[in-house]
Amino acid sequence: MATRQTQVAARLMMSPAVLLLLAWMIVPLSMTLWFSFQRYNLLMPGMEYFTGLDNYRYFFANPSFWAALTNTLVLVGGVLAITLIGGTLMALLLDQPMFGQGIVRLLVISPFFVMPTVSALVWQNMMMNPVYGLFSYIARVFGVQPIDWFSQVPLFSIIMIVAWQWLPFATLILLTALQSLDEEQREAAGMDGAGPIPLFFYIILPHLARALTVVMLIQTIFLLSIFAEIFVTTGGGPGTATTNLTFLIYIQSLLQFDVGLASAGGIVAVILANIVAIFLLRIVGKNLDA
Amino acid sequence: MGSITLEHVNKSFGGVTVIPDISLEVNDGEFVVFVGPSGCGKSTLLRLIAGLEDLSDGTIRIDGADVSKTLPAQRKLSMVFQSYALYPHMSVRGNIAFPLKMEKAPKERMDAAVNDAARVLNLTDYLDRKPRQLSGGQRQRVAIGRAIVRQPKAFLFDEPLSNLDAALRVNMRLEISELHKKLKTTMVYVTHDQVEAMTMADRIVVLNAGRIEQYGTPIELYQKPANLFVAGFIGSPKMNFIEGKEADTFGAATIGIRPEHFTISDAGRWTGTVGVAEHLGSDTFLYVDVDGIGQVTVRASGELPFAHGQTISLDPIESRIYRFDAQGQAM
Repeated sequence: MATRQTQVAARLMMSPAVLLLLAWMIVPLSMTLWFSFQRYNLLMPGMEYFTGLDNYRYFFANPSFWAALTNTLVLVGGVLAITLIGGTLMALLLDQPMFGQGIVRLLVISPFFVMPTVSALVWQNMMMNPVYGLFSYIARVFGVQPIDWFSQVPLFSIIMIVAWQWLPFATLILLTALQSLDEEQREAAGMDGAGPIPLFFYIILPHLARALTVVMLIQTIFLLSIFAEIFVTTGGGPGTATTNLTFLIYIQSLLQFDVGLASAGGIVAVILANIVAIFLLRIVGKNLDA
Repeated sequence: MGSITLEHVNKSFGGVTVIPDISLEVNDGEFVVFVGPSGCGKSTLLRLIAGLEDLSDGTIRIDGADVSKTLPAQRKLSMVFQSYALYPHMSVRGNIAFPLKMEKAPKERMDAAVNDAARVLNLTDYLDRKPRQLSGGQRQRVAIGRAIVRQPKAFLFDEPLSNLDAALRVNMRLEISELHKKLKTTMVYVTHDQVEAMTMADRIVVLNAGRIEQYGTPIELYQKPANLFVAGFIGSPKMNFIEGKEADTFGAATIGIRPEHFTISDAGRWTGTVGVAEHLGSDTFLYVDVDGIGQVTVRASGELPFAHGQTISLDPIESRIYRFDAQGQAM
């Protein structure tokens, strides 16, 4: 797109899409911003009035907020750690030549196509149920007291479910990156005396850095707003053990009908997401330039 | 130090035999070039020596020791790849030092070796750059640097100059030759370019379809090609082959005359018309259509005032006519 004319044409062609997307974003955002400064409860319709920063004050003063913030960060961090490490290992495994490679790859990717509510229900009832779940069965085979996953380690259980859903995504992206590694580079490293482990740390891992960055960024965006898995399994409990920011906002708007307070929470969540995004882009940005 | 012996080496991929049976001896300190058209198995042969491919059958010895089943890293050979295969995220220093780092060499030895290699290869000013900030020739030198620091028994080069432009290729050719004179280490070099082979090699292996056609010094190959293939492959422009009645008069199935072995005379043996004349200044290449023989390439030194359509009379130098039998073997 070199000439001035093509640039103008390109902008003209793109403008409807850009405008639509802008409206799609700006209208809800500004409405949320507006509501967050209002005393607005659905149980008292017609009694809205401007309260300034009161909603924010109440939101931050709520003890659940800090719990929810911590839970959100632990959830994102935990899932990222499992999917990035697990995804790299899976990709290394799937990169090995083997019989039925195509089918195996397809199967590995399939969890990504299961919708979150379904996978949460499957995990809750078939795997983690303390009475008839697979894990409790295995525990009993070994004569160990089965774990009641959702009451003893609720947040970890959620992390496992979500990680299971996102592992295929990470594997897929990392596998493609792995396959783009120049074969001669591996051979050169082999001749230079690098065994499998140095080969991984000195050659493969640096080559994967960019793909890992992309996976991390994309996943973080989606993981900050995990909702279905929590809603279906624990309902944010026990107590606030699995309440993340998204779920807290849901409780306030649709269970307590306090739209003003929930909107303030929404704005806080937006700001948090932006902080995390800037932070991430900072540490990984130089990987993307290269 | 670094002699390489191949005994009845065979390599097949699946059902396809790439190298049927090759036996070959590379002496210590020798510069041997494998040359041949693409697909002749020369790179495969090099990779077999390096250990990057498994032998199907036969034995490879380095300094007399059987290394047929030894891992590449333990054969004490260094290889320079066609794509250079530099590690893109490491600096030049990191790239050159990598083999030593894998050996867990002490820091002082590593620094000394890297600085030595950099000095030899004129890379001292670039040690802290990344490979992508270097030109093609510099990258090539880094790859060679990485090969040098291990002090290998032999260097293996896999078409190292094919990604460089013509002028740089001539330069690097010289540099590699000088390096060989300096290090006196065995080098095995693969190329499809017979000029590279002729200029650099102590001895040349001409390969065709996985077989050795001839193994000898460049001048031997030029003066006494064993068969039609070698005769046609070595020398530029290509040797002229003449069959039929004209060959019969010399008692051969085919005769070969190199373009430079003609004299242009007033009443020569053959007369023809000049098709294309290429004036290079130092030489003039004439493509002459000779009646009853076909097109003949003639190389004459200096500037000659011939042009398209002119009639010319040629005399082959009798003592330099190569004669081949019906099987294509030299007589």
